Amino acid sequence: MTTHSSIPVLDLGGLLLVTIQGELPDDAAVALQEEVTETISRTGARGLIIDIGSLEMVDSFLARVLAEVAAASRLLAARAVLVGMRPAVAITLVELGLTLPGLATARTLTEAAAGFGVSIEHAGSRGQGET
Amino acid sequence: MIPERERVELVHLPIREDTDLTVIRHQVRSLARLAGFGLVQQTKLVTAASELARNTLLHGGGGEAEIRVLDGPDGPGLRVVFTDSGPGIPDVERALQDGFSTANGLGMGLGGSKRLVQEFRIENPPEGGARVTIASWSASFPARYGV
Repeated sequence: MTTHSSIPVLDLGGLLLVTIQGELPDDAAVALQEEVTETISRTGARGLIIDIGSLEMVDSFLARVLAEVAAASRLLAARAVLVGMRPAVAITLVELGLTLPGLATARTLTEAAAGFGVSIEHAGSRGQGET
Repeated sequence: MIPERERVELVHLPIREDTDLTVIRHQVRSLARLAGFGLVQQTKLVTAASELARNTLLHGGGGEAEIRVLDGPDGPGLRVVFTDSGPGIPDVERALQDGFSTANGLGMGLGGSKRLVQEFRIENPPEGGARVTIASWSASFPARYGV
């Protein structure tokens, strides 16, 4: 079964932005993985920002998908940065035993974009873990 | 606040496909919130439930989750029981080890879930399949409720 993730992959001029909204079912996560790597390859993007600020939960399956997206991006010469993880999600992941050492993180979208030399104004609030 | 008697006490949910996991996560989250769980407690319980529901689907070939609101001596709690009719879990100790995985996980499913809750039990009922029970209380007393 092929499912479309229905998550937009935004191209900000060589920097891809993926904002995950609400729930992410397993098949959508796998579909997203394929879409993102395909888009990196097609656009030659050098960076990928994944905003998970709206995710209330990350379990081992989703953590694996995120880690694999980052690993595949690196093989495609793009750097992946995870943004906006909620504190409760971080605590739970560590207790679960998943510290995801290979995954780069940033506090906000603005901070992550700045790491790629891209300036984004007034876009940082989404990643600050408000409830 | 919702009055005590209007609370949902027991919910049965099928685990037949991917999308059922989403329903279970939502139910556990909203019942935990009603039971007065803090945000971190909610997230831990929902994450453990998600891991175990996926186990039921992938290893047990599907089954069901039963969510029950508990009235503990120190406040409300939530118990979730996952049952399936699969091959069961023959070597429980090994299955609880970090890094153990028979499917495509990170091998953190069972052992990791155990760390997220206050009560954790794996059984292989005589009628077959596997039964995994987890529970947490809104008031945390790990020494008393820990397994």
